[in-house]
Amino acid sequence: MQTLKQNARIMNGLLGLTFVAMIAAQFLIFVYVPTERTMGVVQRIFYFHVPLAWNAFLAFAVVFVCSILYLRSRDMKWDRLARSSAEIGLLFTSLVLITGTIWDKPAWGTWWTWDPRLTATLILWFIYLAYLLVRAYATEESQGARYAAVIGIIGFLDVPIVALAIVLWRTQHPSPLVFEGGLTGSMLLTLIVCIIAFTLLYLSLLILRNSLRQDTDEIKKLKQYMDERN
Amino acid sequence: MKNWGYLVAAYSIIWVAIFIYIFTLHGRQRQLRRELDSLKEKSKGS
Repeated sequence: MQTLKQNARIMNGLLGLTFVAMIAAQFLIFVYVPTERTMGVVQRIFYFHVPLAWNAFLAFAVVFVCSILYLRSRDMKWDRLARSSAEIGLLFTSLVLITGTIWDKPAWGTWWTWDPRLTATLILWFIYLAYLLVRAYATEESQGARYAAVIGIIGFLDVPIVALAIVLWRTQHPSPLVFEGGLTGSMLLTLIVCIIAFTLLYLSLLILRNSLRQDTDEIKKLKQYMDERN
Repeated sequence: MKNWGYLVAAYSIIWVAIFIYIFTLHGRQRQLRRELDSLKEKSKGS
């Protein structure tokens, strides 16, 4: 009971922190940061697009680590965590692709181009869609967890390909401005706050999704036990 | 002020998608609570 209360307190604290960070991020994006000279107001999409991409990578890294831990221990808690993280990672990757195409139209004059970075991101989206479909439709629970873990490990190989696509190939996608010092002080501050806010959002969603999965599994077990008893 | 439409579209899509996801989780949580209540009732009856 004490642990439950402590967990609820931690969760409430995290949600409060996420809310405050998100409000601060919106203020910085729409009030504080100056409009970029070349691209104009549409450049502000960058402050959502990059944190979403960063957190999608983080989510898939969690899937990768949890998949390895599941295959080693066969403990379902790792499978639950990997599955929850994959779901949020897929949501964030969908938003990265959508915000990316909305940026492409005014910047490149087209909604979509088969650019290496874009193509690798689309492949990443399909990999984790496959992960969730395999996990959801497997006939046996343990078999689904095992197959999904293998996809979670192999699929993660696409993450460095997406990240390095702009360095490895000639691409239309903007170069890594953060590492090249292409951002002014206010732009960098806004980006950092946005990354923190979206990371807190990812963590909050992950904890919520994982605890829901845990409750679902426990209720399933309880139902089985009661059916066997009756 | 050119291209405001693109920014508004991107911003709206992000928040609509995130809120739909949160409401889906909330709905699932309510469903689980109902299932748990019915199990409690069943266990009292047996």
